[in-house]
Amino acid sequence: MIKIENLKAAIETDDGEKEILKGVSLDIPAGQVHAIMGPNGAGKSTLSYVLSGREEYTVTGGSFEMDAQDMLELAPEERAAAGLFLAFQYPVEIPGVNMSTFLKTALNSVRKQRGEDELDALSMLKLIKAKCADLGISEDMMKRAVNVGFSGGEKKRNEVLQMAMLEPKFCVLDETDSGLDIDALKIVADGVNAMRSPERAFLVITHYQRLLDYIKPDVVHIMAEGKIVKTGGPELAKELEDKGYANVIGEAA
Amino acid sequence: MGATEETIQQIKSMAGKYEAGFVTDIETDKAPKGLSEEIVRLISSKKNEPEWMLQWRLKAFQRWLEMPEPDWQKPKFPKIDYQDIHYYAAPKSMANKPKSLDEVDPELLKTYEKLGIPLKEQEILAGVQKPVAVDVVFDSVSVATTFKEKLKEAGVIFCSISEAIQNHPDLVKKYIGSVVPPGDNKHACLNSAVFTDGSFVYVPEGVRCPMELSTYFRINELNTGQFERTLIIADKGAYVSYLEGCTAPMRDENQLHAAVVELIAHDDAEIKYSTVQNWYPGNFETGQGGVYNFVTKRGLCEGRNSKISWTQVETGSAITWKYPSCILKGDHSQGEFYSVAITNGRQQADTGTKMIHIGKNTKSRIVAKGISAGKSDQTYRGLVKIMPKAQGARNFTQCDSLLIGDQCGAHTVPYIESRNKTANLEHEATTSKISEDQLFYCMQRGIGEEEALALIVNGFAREVMQHLPMEFAVEAQKLVGISLEGSVG
Repeated sequence: MIKIENLKAAIETDDGEKEILKGVSLDIPAGQVHAIMGPNGAGKSTLSYVLSGREEYTVTGGSFEMDAQDMLELAPEERAAAGLFLAFQYPVEIPGVNMSTFLKTALNSVRKQRGEDELDALSMLKLIKAKCADLGISEDMMKRAVNVGFSGGEKKRNEVLQMAMLEPKFCVLDETDSGLDIDALKIVADGVNAMRSPERAFLVITHYQRLLDYIKPDVVHIMAEGKIVKTGGPELAKELEDKGYANVIGEAA
Repeated sequence: MGATEETIQQIKSMAGKYEAGFVTDIETDKAPKGLSEEIVRLISSKKNEPEWMLQWRLKAFQRWLEMPEPDWQKPKFPKIDYQDIHYYAAPKSMANKPKSLDEVDPELLKTYEKLGIPLKEQEILAGVQKPVAVDVVFDSVSVATTFKEKLKEAGVIFCSISEAIQNHPDLVKKYIGSVVPPGDNKHACLNSAVFTDGSFVYVPEGVRCPMELSTYFRINELNTGQFERTLIIADKGAYVSYLEGCTAPMRDENQLHAAVVELIAHDDAEIKYSTVQNWYPGNFETGQGGVYNFVTKRGLCEGRNSKISWTQVETGSAITWKYPSCILKGDHSQGEFYSVAITNGRQQADTGTKMIHIGKNTKSRIVAKGISAGKSDQTYRGLVKIMPKAQGARNFTQCDSLLIGDQCGAHTVPYIESRNKTANLEHEATTSKISEDQLFYCMQRGIGEEEALALIVNGFAREVMQHLPMEFAVEAQKLVGISLEGSVG
């Protein structure tokens, strides 16, 4: 379902173009959860931005297809409508725009692009209520401005809420565990696990093995210096935790 | 809320156009170009005015001749040729004074239909929306005023100023020029000499006006200025909420709009005055054409415990130059100014407010949100003045500027003069650039770039927008999106 082949991307810096992704290849069949682990600076977050189409990055080679559709030629909002969702490492605050307006605008934009009818106010409200209940999010949060004054846990839960609303085919989770205590982590992981289905693929990016205790991956990749250097089963995450990145990557190199 | 999505759809369907830019093809009775005593006399006689009104105008005209052009403002523009403007233009069909909407030229009615201004009372009442009474001013004359009878039952006078001069001369005589005297500034003085129409509102003691009142101004004729004059009086304990909206056709020539608005609030009275200004902003690339919006708006909190609140959404005009102000004379009176100004393309704006604290324990609040995009330039200029007897006066000012792109300008020029030690003044100001992170976050959720921008800017302006009457908030939100078109990507 997800085919990433030899994907290369660069960013413009003061010293000229700097290549960050140096040929990433991934195959994620529907229904699977793949994890990407790696040291800081490996290019993990860049991968999530490049997949979702952030303008600052220039794709310099390779391909990215979802259900045989070329994603690289789509604008970010078209990728979202096609079913790609990125849970941000640092969700962004949007002052003055309350959550329910934001969710409504997003869902209806996506539905419109998919050629579906927009939801009226009442159906939207019902849907938001139901999804909030599933995730244990209080409805009061819907009246607050997007991510403004949210705790770390609330921000991440909000990302999962948006994911649940938009029902994507391919979810990329960028360091979803960062800034979460263990209780919040469990809640977020439960939300993600509830969305696992045979039609949906996940790419979970994380620095620590901890998250993978709660979201069990089918495949684990290790990324270093802009490339996947090692791929294995869930046991690879454990191995990393025991030996440390330097040793595992050293073995691979 | 819902409005935001609606905004977004509207923006899509409108794609980069100034929607109100059409011209109504209609026969017009126009005064010859130029300004002279004869023209002032002509205007007065066209309106069949009493002698005192004519004398008032003539005095203002003499004064105007002597006054120098102001030049302290930030926007720069070529000298206005006052002799190249028509000071009076009226649809010919209005000469026989239609008594009801059925007698009004259908071309005129169509204009308002196109602009989305409902004039037929039955239709308005049949709609789900709360009824709003409208006075519509086309070039120099008031075309129609709706719900007059219903308002009359409540004792509220709502009519054109020309009618008020005929039917309520005592009220007009008493209040006209009492807040903005003819010699206040060059443009107000010009208006005093040549004002043609505008709205008049009087809400008697203890009456809460049963519906929103509004005036819709339209400049249609080429080379014609619009000089309307609005006078609103809320007697003791009265309340009124009033809204004005404005549009003009797209023309390559600049058009001058020099209005005067005076508000008077007596003891315990409250006036809420909202503006959605969408005059033609001129050509997006070259800046050619567009309206010069030079307006003097001032409210007098005459009575104890009175309150005047200005809310403005300024998106149009080539140049906006105005400072809706409050004179807080009555003890415990309150003034408020909520403003959203958006400039794009080559637009220039120099706007803000003045809060003059005279009475004891007077309070004022200023919230100004400026959004600059394209190659536009914007200045917030505000004065907070505390007079010696204003014991316990308080002011809170907040000015936030948002920049879109790197070719626009935003300036904040606050003046504070305090002559009483007990005054408590707070001032906060921020300037920020629209954040790529915010845009990308929205886009990743499926929202297109221009829609995302409208969403974020409406959020930025929300604190002000929520002060608009509900009936107009949706309209204003749409306008925010439309006026930002072409500023990203």
